[in-house]
Amino acid sequence: MSNIALQTFIAYVEDLPGVLNRVTSLLRRRNYNIASLTVGRTERPGVSRMTIVVEADEDGARRIEANLYKLVNVLWVQNTSHATTMAHELALIKVRADGANRNDVLRLCEEQNARVVDVGPQALVAEITGTGDKIDSLLEALRPFGVIEMVRTGVVAMVRSTDASDSNRVPNSSPPSGDARAA
Amino acid sequence: MSTGAQRTGAEVMWEVLGHEGVDVVFGYPGGAIMPAYDAMLKYSIRHVLVRHEQGAAHMADGYARASGRVGVALATSGPGATNLVTGIATAMLDSVPMVCITGQVSSKFIGSDAFQETDITGVTLPITKHNYLVTRAQDIAPMLRQAFYVARSGRPGPVLVDITKDAQQASIEFVRDDSPVRLPGYRPEHHARAEDVRRAADLIDHAEKPILFCGHGIIAARASDLLHEFVDKTGIPVASTLLGLGGFPATHPLCLGMMGMHGEAWVNTAIQESDLIVALGMRFDDRVTGKLETYAKRAKKIHCELDPAEINKNVRVDIPLVGDVAETLRALLPAVSRRDRGAWLTRIRELKGDSAVRDIQTMPHCGQLFAAHVMHDLWRITEGKALVVTDVGQHQMWEAQYYKHDFPRKLITSGGLGTMGFALPAAIGAKLARPEEEVWVIVGDGGFQMTAAELSTCAQEGIKIHVAIINNGYLGMVRQWQQFFYGGRYAATPLRGPDFVKLAEAHGLVGLRVTEREQIDGIVAAARAAKETAVIDFRVEQEDSVYPMVPAGADLSDMIRRPSPIVETAADE
Repeated sequence: MSNIALQTFIAYVEDLPGVLNRVTSLLRRRNYNIASLTVGRTERPGVSRMTIVVEADEDGARRIEANLYKLVNVLWVQNTSHATTMAHELALIKVRADGANRNDVLRLCEEQNARVVDVGPQALVAEITGTGDKIDSLLEALRPFGVIEMVRTGVVAMVRSTDASDSNRVPNSSPPSGDARAA
Repeated sequence: MSTGAQRTGAEVMWEVLGHEGVDVVFGYPGGAIMPAYDAMLKYSIRHVLVRHEQGAAHMADGYARASGRVGVALATSGPGATNLVTGIATAMLDSVPMVCITGQVSSKFIGSDAFQETDITGVTLPITKHNYLVTRAQDIAPMLRQAFYVARSGRPGPVLVDITKDAQQASIEFVRDDSPVRLPGYRPEHHARAEDVRRAADLIDHAEKPILFCGHGIIAARASDLLHEFVDKTGIPVASTLLGLGGFPATHPLCLGMMGMHGEAWVNTAIQESDLIVALGMRFDDRVTGKLETYAKRAKKIHCELDPAEINKNVRVDIPLVGDVAETLRALLPAVSRRDRGAWLTRIRELKGDSAVRDIQTMPHCGQLFAAHVMHDLWRITEGKALVVTDVGQHQMWEAQYYKHDFPRKLITSGGLGTMGFALPAAIGAKLARPEEEVWVIVGDGGFQMTAAELSTCAQEGIKIHVAIINNGYLGMVRQWQQFFYGGRYAATPLRGPDFVKLAEAHGLVGLRVTEREQIDGIVAAARAAKETAVIDFRVEQEDSVYPMVPAGADLSDMIRRPSPIVETAADE
């Protein structure tokens, strides 16, 4: 079982200083490479959500989940690799687009469902959301025109609404009381 | 809501320690922890002044291992806190419940590189079970209560609480809170599934060559009696990890003793031949398994372990029983059958073969003082009842081989981290936890010199323990590796020490020396009779090695044995 693959975890964590550090420190300490990590607040006060993409085999994935659970500030973890999951990211791509090729760039963006969010005399910025593959494919298509810079957010993942089995339900644990600060 | 009394944060700290049942803390004062020290004078908790903060951490550790309660260490910010680090890492790897409280610079200075400022929560993040930075007086009580709860629950471990000086100084209204600690993300308890217990019992019933492994978890879960009952019912022999020694009586006929790198050769061979391993509260450390690819290939494996993250970490197991090992044994006991294992036990006796003759204990007297003889004699003289604290190295292995531990919590040693300098301070902590015990430190001349300053602590606190320095003038275990694996090139292992007898006397303690085996009984009697801590300098054979030995990363049955000439005479008889 040493098939290394990208494993995507969703983790609900307490929204406290230092918690992100605890999660990344755990992965570093156990010698896993983080491919992508996003974190943001959730609909519930005091609770943040992380999407963590890590290179690991199946055994490694199980141990990562078990180790994440051992962190006191981690509320709930799911390895989504075996669920029907949407895993999306957003990218902004600044590409050279002057008079000569502007129409080609615009057409490409339209074909690939990217939005043009900023236009200058020499360049424009395309915004695209979707799977990593979709973003890669737009990037490749734009590359010949001259990509000036790009930024991508990293993956955010969510199990599809049709997959409502018990194991995929987020527990209803309430956030910690008070404003006690764990380092 | 009742109104509380006015208290400073420092006073709150001592009140919570009292509520948690703390009777002694080990510490060293300094600037950022001074408010806590000042407040201490109003409370009855005993404080032991150490000579180096590493000693405080090891004392808290020894206290915890001897008693099963949470040990507490106290230090100031910066260097005080960083000096705790080795002791914290030691406790982390051996799952010891400990709370370390450190002072921190005032909250307004945090991040400014202030005098004696260290980001100790950052430093200790990977070597604590959890840690806290407390910057407000009102957070001290809830954070400390959480710290104790986290340290002692589930798989125990060290927790650090870093409290800023202004939080210690501020006054708040304090109301004692005895409600259960609530941590929404913390799940210390697990319970083995009934179906898995049934499957495990079935495997156990049908195994022809089963072995039980007794790990530290048996001691931590106070499951020794249950294990005894389980062995009596199933007739399965027990091998032990280093930290599991004493979890099952060494003198029981089904006790095989220690396994692994310095385990008996026949025990390791039996493991390689076994068809079922039932691992109880242990984690298949590399010192236990040797080369993983060839480890116990024929055996099915049942792993009873509290920490789910240990399952399939080093060794792939067939049935994991995740939960408290006492609870798991209680569930297994009625499910397994009484069975005769005569054929398997006969096979193990065959494997044992001439081991008893090859044993250094049966070597005819040749005028040399061997460390293994010292261990054996200490065991005999103390009737196997002493609480022994060992350091790290050759003496640690000889002790594990020749001091037969029949009782849990009677051997304390740094197994996972292998921390030299651990023994003397840990023994001081153990003695304070269990003053009725006869405590023996067994330590090499190298490890002893790392924390020898704590002899002063013994003297100042009136603590009576016994220190056996196994003095061979080398960093012996490293020298042994150099002899076996580095062509006998002794790089930086010859070691000169002070006159340990005079050193003891300089501290106002008793110093004694043994150079020949005949002196052991008399000198040990004198050490036991002394009112003060007594230090015995055992001048042992300088270039003896620990046998048998599985070289690191080698197959478990690929052992280096004691060269035979040493025992030929005995075998001839």
